[in-house]
Amino acid sequence: MKEIMVRAIYCEMLGYEASFSYIHAIKLAQQGSAIEKRVGYLAVSLFLNESHDLLLLLVNTVLKDLQSTNLIEVCMALTVVSQLFPKDMIPAILPLVEEKLTNPKEIIRRKAVLALHKFYLIAPNQVQHIHSKFRKALCDKDPGVMTASLHIYLQLIKNPDSYKDLTGSFVAILRQVVGGKLPVDFNYHNVPAPWLQIQLLRILSLLGKDDQSTSELMYEVLDESLRRAEMNHNITYAILYECVKAIYTIYPKSELLEKAAKCIGNFVVSPKINLKYLGLKALTYVVQQDASLALQHQMTIIECLDHSDSIIKRETLEVLFRITNVKNVAVIVEKMLDFLKNVFMEPDILFLLYVGCFPLLSDTYSPNNEWFIQTMNVVFSLGGELMHPDIPNNFLRLLAQGFGSEEEEQQQLRVFAVDSYLTLLESDTAHLPQRFLQVISWALGEFSYLKDGLEPCKVTKLLAKLLDERNVTSESRSWILSAMAKLSAGPGAAALALQVSERYSSSLDTVLRQQALELLHLSQDPELHARFFHLWHVQVDSSLSFLDSFVSEALSQGAAPYKAPHQRQEELRQEKALSLEPYSISLPVSLSSCSITDRQSPTLLSMSSSLSGNSNELKAGSSTLKLEGVKRVWGKEGYLHQQDAVEEAAQVEEAATPALPLSPQQGGAESQQTHGDLTVVEQEKQKLASSLFVGLGSQNSTFLMGKSDSTSQQFRRKTRAADSTSSGVSERSSSSSHSSCSDFLHNNLLEDSQNSLNTQKIGVSNGTHEGPVTQSFQTTSKETSPFLDAGMVLVQPCSPQTELRDFVQPGSSGITQTSLRSQFPPELSQLPHSDISLLSSDHSLSLSACRAYRDDALLFVIILSNCSQSSTNGLSVQLDCKHIFETFSTLIQVEPHTQVTVAGSVSYRAVPGHTQTLQFTDKLFLTDFIRPLTLSTEEYGKLWLSFSQDVRQNLKLIQGEGDPLRATLSALKEQLQLHIVDIIGSEGIVACRLLPDSPCLLHCRIHGGSLAVWLRSPLLSLPDCLLYYCQKTLEEC
Amino acid sequence: MIKAILIFNNHGKPRLIRFYQYFAEDMQQQIIRETFHLVSKRDDNVCNFLEGGSLIGGSDYKLIYRHYATLYFVFCVDSSESELGILDLIQKMYEKVCLSLQVFVETLDKCFENVCELDLIFHMDKVHYILQEVVMGGMVLETNMNEIVAQVELQNRMEKSEGGLSAAPARAVSAVKNMNLPEIPRNINIGDINIKVPSLSPF
Repeated sequence: MKEIMVRAIYCEMLGYEASFSYIHAIKLAQQGSAIEKRVGYLAVSLFLNESHDLLLLLVNTVLKDLQSTNLIEVCMALTVVSQLFPKDMIPAILPLVEEKLTNPKEIIRRKAVLALHKFYLIAPNQVQHIHSKFRKALCDKDPGVMTASLHIYLQLIKNPDSYKDLTGSFVAILRQVVGGKLPVDFNYHNVPAPWLQIQLLRILSLLGKDDQSTSELMYEVLDESLRRAEMNHNITYAILYECVKAIYTIYPKSELLEKAAKCIGNFVVSPKINLKYLGLKALTYVVQQDASLALQHQMTIIECLDHSDSIIKRETLEVLFRITNVKNVAVIVEKMLDFLKNVFMEPDILFLLYVGCFPLLSDTYSPNNEWFIQTMNVVFSLGGELMHPDIPNNFLRLLAQGFGSEEEEQQQLRVFAVDSYLTLLESDTAHLPQRFLQVISWALGEFSYLKDGLEPCKVTKLLAKLLDERNVTSESRSWILSAMAKLSAGPGAAALALQVSERYSSSLDTVLRQQALELLHLSQDPELHARFFHLWHVQVDSSLSFLDSFVSEALSQGAAPYKAPHQRQEELRQEKALSLEPYSISLPVSLSSCSITDRQSPTLLSMSSSLSGNSNELKAGSSTLKLEGVKRVWGKEGYLHQQDAVEEAAQVEEAATPALPLSPQQGGAESQQTHGDLTVVEQEKQKLASSLFVGLGSQNSTFLMGKSDSTSQQFRRKTRAADSTSSGVSERSSSSSHSSCSDFLHNNLLEDSQNSLNTQKIGVSNGTHEGPVTQSFQTTSKETSPFLDAGMVLVQPCSPQTELRDFVQPGSSGITQTSLRSQFPPELSQLPHSDISLLSSDHSLSLSACRAYRDDALLFVIILSNCSQSSTNGLSVQLDCKHIFETFSTLIQVEPHTQVTVAGSVSYRAVPGHTQTLQFTDKLFLTDFIRPLTLSTEEYGKLWLSFSQDVRQNLKLIQGEGDPLRATLSALKEQLQLHIVDIIGSEGIVACRLLPDSPCLLHCRIHGGSLAVWLRSPLLSLPDCLLYYCQKTLEEC
Repeated sequence: MIKAILIFNNHGKPRLIRFYQYFAEDMQQQIIRETFHLVSKRDDNVCNFLEGGSLIGGSDYKLIYRHYATLYFVFCVDSSESELGILDLIQKMYEKVCLSLQVFVETLDKCFENVCELDLIFHMDKVHYILQEVVMGGMVLETNMNEIVAQVELQNRMEKSEGGLSAAPARAVSAVKNMNLPEIPRNINIGDINIKVPSLSPF
């Protein structure tokens, strides 16, 4: 059997189906002798995956083996547990594994720790309570166990705040390891426990990130390991690399930075290719913080560019990509194009990547329009069919909108494009890729009228020639035909169009045939042509307000009000739930829709449509905003700067021999070393270097900003793209975040919001949000407050259970907590709410937040106060809505989380023209969304049976005077807002709901000296999360 | 963590694969093919790291490989592993695998590399055990090689002693076990099948 199982493993490895043997593998593990068991376990761990049904059959075997007295059997069981184990069976074996942590054999302790690590990975909530045992494992006398526990800590410390206190111990461990205190067994090439060191360095860098006091603890030991690791073997280099990374991650210290930089230098110049790779990798990491480091290694980087290994080249380009600025963009892009030409034959992903980052480079930093168009032409003709379809689309959008707001510049850009395309079309077009042809024909169709003296007839002729080429696909043909349709108005063009359309009206491709016929008609009837193309500029009434009368009539005749599809689905879902829970809270949705049917007033409806029209306006505003953002990056300063540089370069060229056309040397000159007797080749390299690194020395900060801008810009572009397709929810979220920069929009919003104050409920019934949404607007003292020209209003995308509100309080200087409380909005002060906590502040603005608990929602209140004497203008608040939104939606439907993070920023202008931003983050806990659920014992009984998800756990009892059960339950009730349904003898039942209406039932029973809790809920992980909080509450009591 | 360990020969035939993250069977084969395609194209004098495999994970992942005579050892790892560390781990593993296999087959007269590839086929399970001790659930577990070898040896010894005992008698023992089959059901206490439901009757 054993041999056969090994054969089966071999077959599976070669890719042949051997699923018939799975069950035998399990049987072998169950029934075989120790040696057969081993094969069985091995086969199981290779064959099955975590969600496989057969795995359940293994649980009992594992349990038995864990309890075995045979060391080897226990080992095998722990090994298989740490490799795969079904998530829902963890509670069954958890106590056994925990017990193994105290086993006298270190190998068992070690494996137990790793098994717990596995549990932590698949179900973090289940092992919350044994964190103290992890600490014990960390202090284990056997280094192997300690190493294993580091894996867990590396995971845990991803969220470093609660582990800062351990920094000291990690530093101490590292010091001992580096000092050679470990047994000689752990040495590898005379380096003590290198992998352990690497782990520790990683942990330290996570801990010390952005934290000066913690970082100070590590400086010494980092220095020590840098010093000790100066030997020549791969593994020491690995340690060095980690050291360098750690040094650059933690709070900087100049001495160490210097040493680290030297180290990187050694890496980069090393003849060993692997080290070179790592050096470049470190460089990419480092130049983000200190670009001048790239200057020191410019010659090496240039050499690497010509390296035979494409991976090295790729890394080098990545470095270059990071140091791109306005001045060196031309040279860098040229290099990248070379690179692309070389790897053209490998259609792999890195190629796509580079073609993808081009437009970003180009439109952020491009020195002038002509260059941009030329570069894009090369990119298109090289990239060809492999190119991501977004790139041509983005490019066309850019052409249509232009990057600057200046009309003149845009026109210039378009004329350049048209010019270059005409020349391209006049030459041989056979080699041009299809995508490029499509771009060309679109651009020609749209913009060729801009060029003076260009006959549409000529363009049409060129297009017609293109149309007849054999290798043009039908998709491109239809692009060409539609371009011709746009141009067909001219006198000469009409005849040509006739010719073309006759030929294609008999085409086999229906799309082409239709377009040909359209072309025919359009070219013969100039009036129709004019009307057709003017149609495109007609304003579309997207709110469909002309249907209002029809709608109101229908409503008055008893028709049901319209609901968006997903809203309908939601309601259907809720109706299903209703049949199971008769006590269910009535939902705001049904209320508001009821109110509409009752009133049936058409005016209200049209008001709601004005609300939706409103969001369209916002969207339009956002597009102009985006252009502003682009302009800022690519704006006048950079452009002018470039001109200066070019002028200077021209002066230089007069004197020196013009070896390279683009060598503005001002920035690079300072770093250029003096080499008297350089060969010509080296001189060229130097020149290339100086042009590549120009502007780094002086301008690194500005270009870094540019870099971050460009990414954010990319992001914005994405959200805009999403706008057009996604539902109103995301539209609103993006529009509100866009709106928040301009005063103009604010005023707009203000007016609108006053209208909509009364109509908020309607917005719900008509809008596309799912579930009950309430938008509320608050305006405060519009003209009266001197430092805010207008009260803050934000339209926030509200998720069903949260209502986000922003108030701006006209605060005075030096606000204290009490004064904040006094300014707490009266309608909120009646609600239970958390303490107001200061989230962040700077010299002129302080920002506090507070959570108010309403019965059907959680209100997140942000309070801004001006603590300076001067006035503040243009205040706007952005919340990281997207994240919240996602998290919240999962919070309702898919998977509750124990906590979610809200991030956001406030931007304002204290000094005119100078915008400052203040970042803040806050955490919302699951308990914020928990409300008591009132129901009777009978209802509880019915509900209990209908829920599928359940979790059981023993909890601590509170030992006080009186009944311990009552005491414990009332503590839970107070802390977690639960509702105690009934207490009978030694059992109690408790109920609560997660907003909006996901119930969770608890059944508590005194069992031995502890409280056995059994939770049930329709939601998958709600019991888990709630249990965590119960545990926490009782621990704290 | 380590996502997968692949060992294949110069022709792309897999000799040992171990995935630490679940992939469907055909996906695994696809990954092997793609990895082989990427790795085999590279010269011996270029670096041992590769980025941009499209199947496992995407850009965060890299392949770290070594080429020994007829075999490629490829580790597929994410960004939380040290590149050079893994590279040395491969080296170390290779040495140990070779050593233990040689000890095992005791055929030192054969060509070194051939021993390795053939033995991977014939003693795949042994190699898996070594691997299990080195890398557990995708984590580099124990870097103290002596201990690993000791552990593997212990298991082998156990196997041998058991093998000696059970060369013939094992069958007899199992036969006896099987003879007792009718007794087995007697041990199952039907009373225990009652799954305890919390008493909700008071409600």
